[in-house]
Amino acid sequence: MRHWNRRQFLGWGGKAGLIGICSGPLWTALLAGCKTTEIIAGMGQSVGVLDERQAQSVIRAGGAVARSFEDITPEQEYYIGRTVGAVILSKYTPYQNDEANRYVNMVGTLAGLASDRPETFGGYHFLILDSEEINAFAAPGGLIFVTRGMLRCCGSEDAVAAVLAHEVGHVQHQHGLQAIKKSRVTSALTILAAEGAKTLGGQELAQLTEVFEESVSDVVSTLVANGYSRASEREADRAAVTVLARLGYDSAALVDMLEIMGARLTPGGSDFAKTHPSPQSRIADIRPLLPKTRPAAVAPRQRRFEQVLRQV
Amino acid sequence: MSTPRTMSVQVKTGQIRSTPSFLGAIVAEAPYAQQVQVLEEKSGWMRVSVPGRNVQGWMHGSALSAKRIVLQAGADDVQKAATTGEIALAGKGFNKQVEDQYRAQNKDVDFTWIDRMQKSSASMTQLRQFAKDGQLNM
Repeated sequence: MRHWNRRQFLGWGGKAGLIGICSGPLWTALLAGCKTTEIIAGMGQSVGVLDERQAQSVIRAGGAVARSFEDITPEQEYYIGRTVGAVILSKYTPYQNDEANRYVNMVGTLAGLASDRPETFGGYHFLILDSEEINAFAAPGGLIFVTRGMLRCCGSEDAVAAVLAHEVGHVQHQHGLQAIKKSRVTSALTILAAEGAKTLGGQELAQLTEVFEESVSDVVSTLVANGYSRASEREADRAAVTVLARLGYDSAALVDMLEIMGARLTPGGSDFAKTHPSPQSRIADIRPLLPKTRPAAVAPRQRRFEQVLRQV
Repeated sequence: MSTPRTMSVQVKTGQIRSTPSFLGAIVAEAPYAQQVQVLEEKSGWMRVSVPGRNVQGWMHGSALSAKRIVLQAGADDVQKAATTGEIALAGKGFNKQVEDQYRAQNKDVDFTWIDRMQKSSASMTQLRQFAKDGQLNM
């Protein structure tokens, strides 16, 4: 079974279409009533690398207990997110401007706190990527990356907040975790059961690490190549509009930003154009959610935005 | 849905506040997997007490899990976690050991900036000032 490792990721241009649609409950599993030894005997050497068919057979043998991706604990989500972030940073260079990064962290952290999931295992953290590309990524658990190209599509702090709140929305709804194939989850649980109460042995650790790497690849290839479903994007936009309203930002700034983005994106490009529905279709989805009147611009807010991000 | 009586802290460091708001003063911290008793729920916040400690206050619901999180899992716990999902195991599955193994195998993937990102966070005081200056609600 193919999965993306870092090297493939680095050369991903043009290769898409690996993962299926990332909707629906994952983690349909597993193992009810089985003894560890039986599981392992049944799985032989292939524990770490179940394909979908094998996974289904394990599920059947185990008596199919319905599980969901929510069974990935926030602690495990945290470790998946760290590596997803590190892999993303192997393609992009951080933008080393402390003031701009601090500012983006202020706006983004407020967006996180105002969301329906203000607390994650390791919290929300934001970093600007030194890239002209128009893009943003949310790794599971709250590590969020936004390019300079994306920030240049923002004409106000409210628009920056809109971009970051959209990414927070993906974290809140765990869209990244939902991209992980069911078979990985089955494998991880199988190894967990085999591991028992003891510390991971060499072979189990190797197998679990392989499943981990594949899970990270599932998420990364969704973030950089395939994109989420339109339903997930709509969910993230809806979450963003809610967060903006709670904070007192002008939620219509999301539309402003999308309009600028729509004018700048290259159709068929390798950035947001590749992984997101068109800005026009997102605007059409968002408009009905916006309040009738826009709040007046707030002068000190606009001043600090221009001061910090004008040169970005 | 009724509020479970006992919940577990599912974040690295849980913060217990004096009021149901991130503006509330932190009265105590509760570590990962700490079990708390839920006394009351109010728009996403839970008023909790910590057994064995004279501590009461508010935690946001997203910091808490209805599942019992087991720190030192026995064989039965592992079986239960793998089959029913009723409990969760701290430190099991994808953990630091797995990350370390991944890093040993992928030496060109650099975690320096990830660590740096996670180390720096704005304080509530800074956030409050930032919100106030920008005429935002918090």
